[in-house]
Amino acid sequence: MNERAHIPEALLDLPNVVVVCGHYGVGKTNFSLNLAYDLADAGRKVTLVDLDIVNPYFRSSDHAAALEGAGVELLCPQSAGTALDAPMLSVAIDSAIEHAQNAENTVCVIDAGGDDVGATALGRYAKAITAEPYAMLYVVNALREQTLEPQEAAALLPEMEFTSHLKATHVVNNTHLMDSTTPDVVARGVAFAREAADLLDLPLLCTAVPYAEAPGKPGVPTEGASKLEQTVNSGAVACENPYFVRILVKKPWDA
Amino acid sequence: MAEKVLMKGNEALAAAAVRAGCRFYFGYPITPQTELAAYMSKVMPKVGGTFLQAESEISAINMLYGAAAAGARAMTSSSSPGISLKGEGISYMAGADLPGVIVNVERGGPGLGSIQPSQQDYWQATRAMGHGDFFMIVYAPNTVQEMADMVFTAFEKADEYLTPVMILADGLLGQMMEPVELPDEIGELPEKPWATNGHKNQREHNIANSLYLQSDELEAKLLERAKRYEAIVEKEQLSEGFMLEDAEIVLVAFGASSRIARSAVVKAREEGIKAGLLRPITLWPFPEKALAETLSTAKAYLSVEMNMGQMVDDVRLVVEGRAPVEHFGRTGGIIPTPDEVLCAIRSLNEKVGE
Repeated sequence: MNERAHIPEALLDLPNVVVVCGHYGVGKTNFSLNLAYDLADAGRKVTLVDLDIVNPYFRSSDHAAALEGAGVELLCPQSAGTALDAPMLSVAIDSAIEHAQNAENTVCVIDAGGDDVGATALGRYAKAITAEPYAMLYVVNALREQTLEPQEAAALLPEMEFTSHLKATHVVNNTHLMDSTTPDVVARGVAFAREAADLLDLPLLCTAVPYAEAPGKPGVPTEGASKLEQTVNSGAVACENPYFVRILVKKPWDA
Repeated sequence: MAEKVLMKGNEALAAAAVRAGCRFYFGYPITPQTELAAYMSKVMPKVGGTFLQAESEISAINMLYGAAAAGARAMTSSSSPGISLKGEGISYMAGADLPGVIVNVERGGPGLGSIQPSQQDYWQATRAMGHGDFFMIVYAPNTVQEMADMVFTAFEKADEYLTPVMILADGLLGQMMEPVELPDEIGELPEKPWATNGHKNQREHNIANSLYLQSDELEAKLLERAKRYEAIVEKEQLSEGFMLEDAEIVLVAFGASSRIARSAVVKAREEGIKAGLLRPITLWPFPEKALAETLSTAKAYLSVEMNMGQMVDDVRLVVEGRAPVEHFGRTGGIIPTPDEVLCAIRSLNEKVGE
């Protein structure tokens, strides 16, 4: 059985503070979780900040135990996982950003909430983040119903940059249809993300390709995921920097 | 049918409503259904429709009454505590025979409860949405696709039977993302000669009203409506069976818990337990006929719900003591795991096995 390919070099070369932003539901949290685990795997000391104070469902904080097991520090709103829907942020976030900027081999991944509303909380940390080089990854997904055209995806970023007081540095293609992701879906996503990146005058950093694991068998891809991986690696789908991401944001019946 | 896109349940409910000809949405924000209202606020202006954030849930339901009376396809949505506030208005709509679609994306209760998913409003939706002898059709989708499809059906049935119709979902279904093919935009909408949209001296004026000054007139109206309810019970029961052909342990579950129950049934079958699942898609009318058909093989029933035991009553009414009927549930915003349900299947199987 083949192992999941390593994280692309381009992601290892990012600055020590990595902000992940994008439209609701494009897959920011699944991408951020994969990035946090894989950077930790690559020997980095990783802090994952769950900065989503908009939506109480399907968020990084749900993965607290697994993250701790992998040695990833999680900072989340104090109300996360409770019935309190209140925008309270941890005081530890400032020092996590500063620490990542100054310590060696240390990364702070910030998983922002969706849209301009979710990005608003970033504004609170803009001064600290912009003190040193940072990356802000704009995640796009060609199959989200409200952003089916690259122009629509591109149009949302200025709103997020306005409320976050930050500038995006890269586009990340996270186009997928969950279990039904086919090579065609990947190809369509690449074309879409290239066009969105061109419109925004930003580089396309990588293409996330779902790597579904067989139920109860971590590390073992499903038949579909295995085929998809082979097709992408064979070059049949033109795709720079494919990043095979595990499906970590799951529904209770798939767990 | 268009191509597949990725949507949250809440978004699919809204997008499908617009495609079903809904041009008026009235609501008030509440977690976990807010994406539905947010979607409507973005899309309604683009299609010449109206999105109105009302000052309360009570005004929103009364705006639905008004729009429905004027003949429009209209929708409101909320989550459990907000739905309770709408109860009075829904009773008035039922009393005035007005069609409209009400979405409840349930959360934990009672009171403010929690913001996590629950199915604690089953009795309210199927029995006690408001005062007076009335029912409404209640659809319980369990995928994002079905959420989109059911909205279409809900508008059709509301117009056909002149009744409010509810989509009963929960926070998990509302928030989760799945691939969906949105239905095509509807063509012609049905004529509504009863609508209060101006008689222009061409006809008698129409009245939308639930007040009757003579009790015998009210009773006659209730009897006429009861005939419509009979027709609904006869024609509109919907359910889905899974591995029921030889099922000895029959699970009954709807919405999100049916997805969990289905996983548990698959696991039970791997262990040699003859389990099956009946999933009610309409909660009212309850799929009595489909459930009764399972009696030929069933040794016991297990109603799996995210509550303290509500639908289990309807299961018992159909089974009528011919087999044991038990309930398994987690409540207050907790979602049961497939393994927990599997344990409940095992212990019930031991109890009724030879």
